[in-house]
Amino acid sequence: MRYLATPARLKVPAAARYAALGTAIAAAVATLAACGSGNAATGTGSNSTGTAAANAKGPVQVALILKDFTNPYFISMENSAKTDAAKLGVKLSVSAGSTDGDTSTQITAIDNAIAAGDAGIIITPNGNAVNPALDQAKAHHLLVIALDTVPTPPSTADLTYATDNFEAGQLIGQYTAKRLAGKPADIAMLDLFNNQVVSVDIDRDHGFLSGMGIPVGNSGLNGAEPKSGTYKGQLGGSGSYKIACQLPTQGAVPGGQTSMEQCLSKDPNINVVYAINEPAAEGAGAALKAAHKAGVIVAAIDGGCADIPYLSSGEMTVTAGQFPGKMAADGVDAIYALAKTGKKPTATPGLGFFNTGTELYTDSPISGVKSATTSAESGLCWQA
Amino acid sequence: MTAVIEPTGEVRPREELGARVQHALHRHPAIGPASVLVASVIVFSLINHRFLNAVNLSLLIQQVAVLATLAIGQTMIILTGGIDLSVGAAAILAQMVMAQTAANNGVPGVLAILFGIAVGAATGFINGFLVTRIKLPPFIVTLGTLSVYTSIGLRYSGGQSVYATSMPKFLIWTGNYVDIGPYQLTTGVIMMLVLFAVASFALTRTAWGRHVYSTGDDPEAARLSGIKTGRVLLSVYVTAGVIFGLAAWILIGRVGVASTNNLTNANLDSITAVVIGGTSLFGGRGAVLGTLFGALIVQVFQSGIALAGVQSLYQVLAEGILVIVAVALDQWIRKVRR
Amino acid sequence: MSTERDPGVTPRLEARGLVKTFGHVVGLAGVSLELYPGEVLAIIGDNGAGKSTLIKCLSGALALDEGEILMDGVKVEFKSPVDARRAGIETVFQTLAVAPALDIASNLYLGREVRSAGPLGRILRKLDTRGMRSTARERLTELGIGTIQDMTQKVETLSGGQRQAVAVARAAAFGSKVVILDEPTAALGVRESGQVLSLVKRLRSQGLAIILISHNMPQVFEVADRIHIQRLGRCAGVITPHGYTMEEAVAIMTGATTLDA
Repeated sequence: MRYLATPARLKVPAAARYAALGTAIAAAVATLAACGSGNAATGTGSNSTGTAAANAKGPVQVALILKDFTNPYFISMENSAKTDAAKLGVKLSVSAGSTDGDTSTQITAIDNAIAAGDAGIIITPNGNAVNPALDQAKAHHLLVIALDTVPTPPSTADLTYATDNFEAGQLIGQYTAKRLAGKPADIAMLDLFNNQVVSVDIDRDHGFLSGMGIPVGNSGLNGAEPKSGTYKGQLGGSGSYKIACQLPTQGAVPGGQTSMEQCLSKDPNINVVYAINEPAAEGAGAALKAAHKAGVIVAAIDGGCADIPYLSSGEMTVTAGQFPGKMAADGVDAIYALAKTGKKPTATPGLGFFNTGTELYTDSPISGVKSATTSAESGLCWQA
Repeated sequence: MTAVIEPTGEVRPREELGARVQHALHRHPAIGPASVLVASVIVFSLINHRFLNAVNLSLLIQQVAVLATLAIGQTMIILTGGIDLSVGAAAILAQMVMAQTAANNGVPGVLAILFGIAVGAATGFINGFLVTRIKLPPFIVTLGTLSVYTSIGLRYSGGQSVYATSMPKFLIWTGNYVDIGPYQLTTGVIMMLVLFAVASFALTRTAWGRHVYSTGDDPEAARLSGIKTGRVLLSVYVTAGVIFGLAAWILIGRVGVASTNNLTNANLDSITAVVIGGTSLFGGRGAVLGTLFGALIVQVFQSGIALAGVQSLYQVLAEGILVIVAVALDQWIRKVRR
Repeated sequence: MSTERDPGVTPRLEARGLVKTFGHVVGLAGVSLELYPGEVLAIIGDNGAGKSTLIKCLSGALALDEGEILMDGVKVEFKSPVDARRAGIETVFQTLAVAPALDIASNLYLGREVRSAGPLGRILRKLDTRGMRSTARERLTELGIGTIQDMTQKVETLSGGQRQAVAVARAAAFGSKVVILDEPTAALGVRESGQVLSLVKRLRSQGLAIILISHNMPQVFEVADRIHIQRLGRCAGVITPHGYTMEEAVAIMTGATTLDA
């Protein structure tokens, strides 16, 4: 009597399994990348690799390559660049990585820009992996402009347009010192990281301290300043200070909240909070509210439109705004100028980049410290 | 005459302390982390008496609630001998779905929460399917799905945060305060504690729990005993996904804003809590209650070091040392004397 | 093939003409055997003779190409090991299939855990841990392994012989009719092997039908009632330890001589 064949374990050979998964993942990544690059690079189809300057005949072509299409910071760059390009008659193509950190999409976009004979590339790099492609672009006489963060090494870009983070810190430090008007300062420093050293973290923290007239201790690290002493604000206001605590926040709301809670546990009398950015300040504000602490000076940096309500309500006292829109527009201008007149843009004297400026926003202005109110900010924020 | 298996004939001398400790830890793996927790609380409160303030302790448990909940799911997966690197990404995705459907699509709060939990379960199902049917190692699967879920979360949310003011009250219900004497907890904290109790019961007192442990301990033995190990694994991944969805709800209540940046480091931190809590990375051993202690230990160290005024980078150092000690302890316990 | 049993008694387990091939490799080329309650049937054979294939077919781990299996005279079909177990055939594998980190009681009940009576058991699916522990202790004591008193001991803390005893107890504890032991003493020392063989004899006296695979001739001759000799995918003969010597058995196994009957 025949037995029915029992399905003895059907063993898919290992190679087939890996091939199947590899194909699936490749397909998924390709789909996401394709979605991510959205309005992909120029569609001129021109295969000429003639130098970019030779395109002075037709409209100037510029490629804007962002980190991603989801962070509103970069969207404001995109909008501002588009407006500026329309004004100048520049043909602008915009692309972005599928997420923060996606360098391969950016590299493809750079290659496309070279192939299309663009006059220049404006890029917020997702990582150092794009550097060889940018060097190639420069070799083909494209102007390479970096935005927001100076690349490593700085010479990868012909010029970077960025906020002077140190100056931004200084502005809020100066405001805080004057605002204290001689009262003792009990300070909580809410930084970005405690396990790595990043320039934006150091610059803003040290800027704030120097604006307050507090020595920095070690120019390469956060947290090395003397824990107590006298502050002497650069625009006035001096008194005694102590650094009650210094904790990381990851630049996000939960980190700001937890760190502020821990600081308050340690020292309930904190009256000054420096926060690396606005999400961290939001978290700190929530913790202060829950602890029913009023009258604390909360100083942050960003100037984002989403945080205007926090400024008007007073949960955040003062912020130093950035102008990502101006960075992008200036970048378009620079490439246009090079194509039309052959003049290359130059950095702000004394800095390794072009300073797109920073401005103080607060609804509690102090005489002697220049600032704008939130109603002005809503028009200006990020210059979107 | 009855046939009897004779004793081996050795006269066991009174066991030395070391062996007794080893056996006790073998039986109840949660003893180790519980002791470390108690010891660290004592030490930090001696350094700064503020540590024991009702306010500080209340805040401490609120701070740890989200991560501890995530770690429940991670514990289950690690017990089966697997690991999940996509924990944070899955929870973020669930968080954004809950928040956006409620705020932007007008979905009522309860339904939005259910959508989010369903999304969490779906991520768990995908991970589990790839592990059990396509038979790929969990490390590799979840390394891949980590990127996939992160991208989907970013795309879906458009990088926008959703604030509490745009969300129905039900979504931030987990942030409501509950006063117990001088301590102030939140409903989210209580939910976390209830989840630990339920998970502990399921893992130690039901057949499913036994099957989870045996699948992690010796999958071949489990299979030969008639246990459908594939089904057990899939159920673990899906259950973990549901738990990640609940963690997302607790997160919204705690933070008051749904943002894709809310769970930086959660992927590795959840594994840290599980390991410090005494669960073995090789599977089959550990207790989910240990994970609660593990998560609390990390938070106690963070808070204690901040209160001590010591540079916060020492907290990173301390975490690393705790992990190494926990793994070394696990290895020592496994070397059982007969 | 010679049998020395009364043809009127129905065998507990009977296999007729089992054929199993793997591609062009012949595992079993038409093997038959009979097993009666209260006896130990040893299966011996050289490597590649088809011992493990035969056992896997009987325990439901492999599907037959041809042939039939009968339990108590009734034809049965095994699509998986669970089917065989349900029919009353329990197998103790060489690897023992015990979960080292679980305790003795849990291992005994692995895959067939007992729930509490009442709502806790029905609704919350709580296990009757205490009940399982005390039953486990009873079973072990019945089998004469009463020296392992603590059911909460993790199996990995037991010696090799004790672990084997737990595995065998698990096979015998659930009303099984046939117990198949695959090389039970292969990894054990002399004293522990002796303990396992005592256990086997005890099971036999309780009426179980036992198949024992072993290549340890002295042990086989000590405990078996009949010896089925497997050679090149066929049965080369069934002998009794009284009628033949170990050397003769080995000779039949290797083909040096053949059985006349």
